[in-house]
Amino acid sequence: MKNYDVVIIGGGSAGLAAALEVNKNGVKNILVIERDQELGGILLQCIHNGFGLKVFKEELTGPEYAERFVNMLKEEGIEFKLNSMVTKINKDKTVEYANSDEGFIQIQAKAIIITTGCYERNAGAISIPGNRPSGVLTAGTAQKYLNIDGYLVGKKVFILGSGDIGLIMARRMTLEGAEVIGVAEILPFSGGLQRNIVQCLEDYNIPLYLSHTVTEIIGKDKIEGIKVQKVDNFVPVPNTEMEFEVDALLLSVGLIPENGISEAAGIELHPRTKGPIVNESYQTNIEGVFACGNALHVHDLVDFVTTESRKAGEKAAKYVKGEYKDNVERINLVAKNGISYIVPQMVSSENVDKTIELFMRVTDVYKNVEFVIKQDGKELKRIKKKHLAPAEMEKVILTKSQIEGANKEITIEVEAL
Amino acid sequence: MKQELICIACPMGCHLEVDIDDNYFVTGNQCKRGEIYGKKELTNPTRLITSTVKIKNGINNRIPVKSSGEVPKDKIFLVMKELERIELYSPVKMNEVVIENVCGLGVNIITTRSM
Ligand SMILES: Cc1cc2nc3c(=O)[nH]c(=O)nc-3n(C[C@H](O)[C@H](O)[C@H](O)COP(=O)(O)OP(=O)(O)OC[C@H]3O[C@@H](n4cnc5c(N)ncnc54)[C@H](O)[C@@H]3O)c2cc1C
Ligand code: SF4
Repeated sequence: MKNYDVVIIGGGSAGLAAALEVNKNGVKNILVIERDQELGGILLQCIHNGFGLKVFKEELTGPEYAERFVNMLKEEGIEFKLNSMVTKINKDKTVEYANSDEGFIQIQAKAIIITTGCYERNAGAISIPGNRPSGVLTAGTAQKYLNIDGYLVGKKVFILGSGDIGLIMARRMTLEGAEVIGVAEILPFSGGLQRNIVQCLEDYNIPLYLSHTVTEIIGKDKIEGIKVQKVDNFVPVPNTEMEFEVDALLLSVGLIPENGISEAAGIELHPRTKGPIVNESYQTNIEGVFACGNALHVHDLVDFVTTESRKAGEKAAKYVKGEYKDNVERINLVAKNGISYIVPQMVSSENVDKTIELFMRVTDVYKNVEFVIKQDGKELKRIKKKHLAPAEMEKVILTKSQIEGANKEITIEVEAL
Repeated sequence: MKQELICIACPMGCHLEVDIDDNYFVTGNQCKRGEIYGKKELTNPTRLITSTVKIKNGINNRIPVKSSGEVPKDKIFLVMKELERIELYSPVKMNEVVIENVCGLGVNIITTRSM
């Protein structure tokens, strides 16, 4: 059996940044395993701009961002395998993968980093009555067809869900000559970034129906139309039905971290993030198994994926070098009122150098509020926030001494000013 | 008169307020780019164009491209028409010029990956 120091599962932006950082920290026996025909992950189909402002200090498209990282990986001579699917990881840190050249292979790692990205909730996951004729597909699938294969899935399109991929696709399909009739969002606020509402919908006069959903899909084999209805607290309001003739319905109703192989290995997942529960070092409940990127929690900015994955890579390298302390006391980082989740979920000051970045999402749209951070119920600090939305990930930085000051937990909540 | 805008110059999406009567004075921005955006959006709105063009012999049928600079909003569809006519042959490098001075707008169309 072949031995590696660190095996990285998934060659998207998270896997690439983690691999480079492991390498930079002096651990050189690395393998990146990617199931696709090239490295880069989801970025390759995100041809729009908006990537890299933090990491490269310039605004890049997804493919440009990916290519820069792929080039760095190649320059460093880091080993990677393409068209190779990881089928299983085990507690003893053996990894099983398959490809057409080698067949089924088992390798031994000292540390594993899970960077498998996320998948889209699909037609089966939403409760629209009626059948699922062709022409109903996820926004990401439509994006791949259009941007990679050059195939436009419809000429009269409706989009359910205001997630970023749906918004981006509304513009993209409009530019390619399709008519995008509208976007319906069941919540009273958008699930996508504000900038995408402006430059993808408002720029092209595409209506956004907030507090609306698709209540019926018309058509047997092929979609012919849809019914859209206003909702009040998720319940359709009578006599608000609108009927539209469409030949495609795109679903942009949420992303879920891809953790099939993690779960099978016994990695504990968080009910909110749907990704592994991790500590300050991005280590899961299995020693030596780390996770980052969209596999850990869904990110809207690749720059955050990169910073997080660099941290995870550094810690995995430390683990291999025996510099990481697993058996230490940890305090919990707890999401309270108004906060949906915090990643990581626990922290030990021993593995924190000077500061630690906490990523979180809020549960609602807020204006002029404060984050209140408490150590064991005692107030530690307040951070003013002019505008918060669930679609936009927030970051809070704590210092080592602030963590040392807590015995049991640090909590974060939203409070009105 | 004050106009509220969302800055789209980066994913932060700052909420701007532009005072049209005070020489388009911008507040609410977190960086200089927001100031520039706020002023321009109300006087001469422009956008970067990202799309794809056909490619032969590549691993995919399409290769992504972008405009090297921003284009007036009302010229976007004109540029899209030009892109339909292009067909590249692999291998192509990232940042290769595909159309020079597209539609006379003073910007080029360049590839955003190699293939
Ligand atoms: C449509 C869309 C638009 C976005 N727009 C922006 C934007 O404008 N600006 C911005 O900054 N960010 C944006 N983002 C966010 C950001 O780009 C992503 O969050 C980030 O690229 C995710 O990186 P990742 O490596 O975690 O996941 P991915 O890129 O999905 O990579 C995961 C990789 O793992 C591989 N894999 C999975 N399972 C296995 C397995 N079992 N074996 C082998 N390989 C496996 C997959 O093939 C894939 O290549 C966008 C995201 C999406 C989805
Ligand atoms: S003002 Fe600056 S930080 Fe804010 S959205 Fe615009 S470019 Fe981004």
